[in-house]
Amino acid sequence: MEIVSYVFMIIGGLFYLLGGLGVLRMPDTFDRIQSGTKATTLGAFTLLIGIGIANPDWLLKVFLIIVFIALANPIGSSALAKAAYKSCELPKNLVQDDLKELFGGEDNDSN
Amino acid sequence: MKYLATFLVLFTIYILLAGFYVQELMLGGIVSLVLTFILAKLVNYTIDYRFPVKLLVFIFAYLPIFTWQLVLSNIDVAKRVLSPKIPLNPGFVKIKTDLKGDFAKLTLANSITLTPGTLSVDINDDYIYVHTVDVKGKTPEENREIISGKFEKLLGVIFK
Repeated sequence: MEIVSYVFMIIGGLFYLLGGLGVLRMPDTFDRIQSGTKATTLGAFTLLIGIGIANPDWLLKVFLIIVFIALANPIGSSALAKAAYKSCELPKNLVQDDLKELFGGEDNDSN
Repeated sequence: MKYLATFLVLFTIYILLAGFYVQELMLGGIVSLVLTFILAKLVNYTIDYRFPVKLLVFIFAYLPIFTWQLVLSNIDVAKRVLSPKIPLNPGFVKIKTDLKGDFAKLTLANSITLTPGTLSVDINDDYIYVHTVDVKGKTPEENREIISGKFEKLLGVIFK
């Protein structure tokens, strides 16, 4: 049982590593946000499940934490992406931009 | 009805977390009662006798698909991290959703964020704005089917 939990924790750590590498290596802001969010979400899940297996008393609390992360992590990334769209330079190779209609094409000065 | 159901759900969670002692039960009852009134006043949601069924559908039908998509998207991220190339045709696309209710839309948006290659940026009325690495569909309907099709159907069953 202990070995299983360590395996889970190591896998979780590896996902975190991938997320960090993704933030460093991706070409534009939105790709960075994407890789960061996905990798850290699954990383946190597996890490926490590993902890839950190691200490079965904590399993319920661990699942509660997972629920909160599943709710909060994507919301955070959406907020980041929205802010980035408003304030950053957009990637050059966009093929479609439906968001323009929402933010009216004007840049930088709106909050 | 709504108050009673909310109270029961909160109290159950409290007991599960705190354990089965008299003092804990009393405190949990008070806390759940206060939270029930605050939630029912401030948050717009509905809860009824079908809630347990919906919860089961959510756990056994939705979560496996969601988890699988999350794993797939992480493999996707891993591939792109290890051999990064400029994405071929990224874009922001608009997706119509038929789901009603804030929580349903939030769940859908979160699911979209955690599936491969997509990131929901904003929700406005019935539309979710999504950044995608590779715009596949030609028309809005195609995009909708590719990005949110599966989740939309399942969540429609749960949040109807």
